[in-house]
Amino acid sequence: MSDLVMLLTVFVLAIFVGFEVITKVPPTLHTPLMSGSNAISGITILGALVLAGALGEAPLAKILATVAVAFATINVVGGFLVTHRMLMMFKRK
Amino acid sequence: MLSPNVVNLIYLVAAVLFILDLKWMSHPRTAVRGNLVGAVGMALAIGATLLSQQQEWSYILVGVTVGSVIGAVAALKVKMTSMPEMVGLFNGFGGGASILVAGAALIAAYSGLAHGEAMNLQEKIATVASGIIGSVTFFGSYVAFGKLAEFLAVTWKLHPWQKAVKYGFSLAVAAGGVWYGYGAGFDRWAIVTAVSAVIIAALLLAKQDRFPGMDALKGLSAVVSVGLGVLLVMNPESMDLFWALVATGGVLGVLLTLSIGGADMPVVIALLNSYSGLAAAATGFVINNTALIISGSLVGASGVILTQIMCKAMNRSLTNVLFGTMGPTSETPDADEVYRTVKSTSAEELAMILDGVQRVVIVPGYGMAVAQAQHAVRDLANLLESRGATVEFAIHPVAGRMPGHMNVLLAEADVPYAKLKEMDEVNSTMEQVDVAIVIGANDVVNPVARTDPGSPIAGMPIIDVDRARTVVVIKRSLSPGFAGIPNPLFAADNTLMYFGDGKKAITELIAALKES
Repeated sequence: MSDLVMLLTVFVLAIFVGFEVITKVPPTLHTPLMSGSNAISGITILGALVLAGALGEAPLAKILATVAVAFATINVVGGFLVTHRMLMMFKRK
Repeated sequence: MLSPNVVNLIYLVAAVLFILDLKWMSHPRTAVRGNLVGAVGMALAIGATLLSQQQEWSYILVGVTVGSVIGAVAALKVKMTSMPEMVGLFNGFGGGASILVAGAALIAAYSGLAHGEAMNLQEKIATVASGIIGSVTFFGSYVAFGKLAEFLAVTWKLHPWQKAVKYGFSLAVAAGGVWYGYGAGFDRWAIVTAVSAVIIAALLLAKQDRFPGMDALKGLSAVVSVGLGVLLVMNPESMDLFWALVATGGVLGVLLTLSIGGADMPVVIALLNSYSGLAAAATGFVINNTALIISGSLVGASGVILTQIMCKAMNRSLTNVLFGTMGPTSETPDADEVYRTVKSTSAEELAMILDGVQRVVIVPGYGMAVAQAQHAVRDLANLLESRGATVEFAIHPVAGRMPGHMNVLLAEADVPYAKLKEMDEVNSTMEQVDVAIVIGANDVVNPVARTDPGSPIAGMPIIDVDRARTVVVIKRSLSPGFAGIPNPLFAADNTLMYFGDGKKAITELIAALKES
């Protein structure tokens, strides 16, 4: 199986998993779902880290990747934190 | 150094944890644990990545520190009423990160100092997709943020901070594009970049949602973006092409979001959420990373589902939201005629009506958020309960400016989630409701949706408060909602209008209740 076909398989199956799991989230939690999934979309940080940390890379590539690290970190840190803040409000009672 | 197999296994663990995160979001009791598990998954994935290669730490530390500080401050300071703005803005950072990673990968492969391996066809196409989707997400999210924070596409006077953001961002985009074009000697693709950047900047200063020729420009920018994408696949060493594609994608993103009206904001945020996921997945195809592909697909699916729910709750198709208009039609009845029989009431009279009631339903809308009235509403509910009434909250799916917005505000005010009911649940027993209190909602309780097939909101599911024995509407004035049509509910026989600012009106009602 070529790499592309393998990656496409993963992509399509993950979309189905996403549909199955997220359909069960009640409307009450739709805002935390959005901020939480926002945090997960910060996963782009993995690509940014590899390029920002690579040895001997062109300075321009590293600078772009560093800004990408910052953007994705905002998503990850901000997303998980604010979701936690909201969910604790729902949990109190 | 971790071997690639170990790294990929850790990515698999992270992906499983993300799925558990979303699975546990299905109940408020398990959701906190879910979110923590998701955060652990992210930490594992980041740790594995950092241990996968020899690192030069300085750049990484700068990026992570800056991002953590901004993210943490935003997350801890944001008011619950401003949640739509924050999520709107955060979607954009995801899109921005995707553009930059794709750009950096392109430089690393073709024009960097240490030329990497040339990209294969899949990676080239994915780079184009990351650039376009990322740019549509980035600029679209900025517009969504600007419209929610009420400084884009408005005619009124702005606060100094709003002016600073509005003009600062426009200036930065225009200057960035022109400076880049100048640096590249204004060759043909650099001219496209510079011109597109200036167009973006100009669009962001527009004072209205729509203007003539908008749809043509939308189509043109989409076609040009894709055309540049094809050229980039054939000439991947041209960074000028990449930036031109990002710039035209930006024009498309601005236009797609700018034209969408206030009532449709929940749809837009859900849609941009989905784009940010797709952008991450596309970036996964650029760097052959399954963790990005899986996480991106999950987020993409989540956004699509929420978008569908929102569209259904307004009885509109996605195409209609994106390209259609909503507003008063020629058949819209005259407001003065509709409101001839409006009865207004006072706190004292309401206190008498609420004395001894059995069942009360409160219907909150965006007006409750604007008036910051959620705590006062909670006090009112508690007071009525202490007098023996059952109080429930009926929440329309598109109440507020993002999915679940009202639920978060009420949770902030310590209203137990068991009291937050969905529209259908309450509608089935509306006849047994003694008093329905509508606060800051309008279109979502407009019976015209059921009765008048020619109305712009025809067929939209509504909360049938008009079937309750008595309806109390708390509102500043008789001004129309987003749909721009009068609401005959306000003039119905069983409706009393209680005019005033939401918070103040409820506080006065509480005082009157305590005296009676």
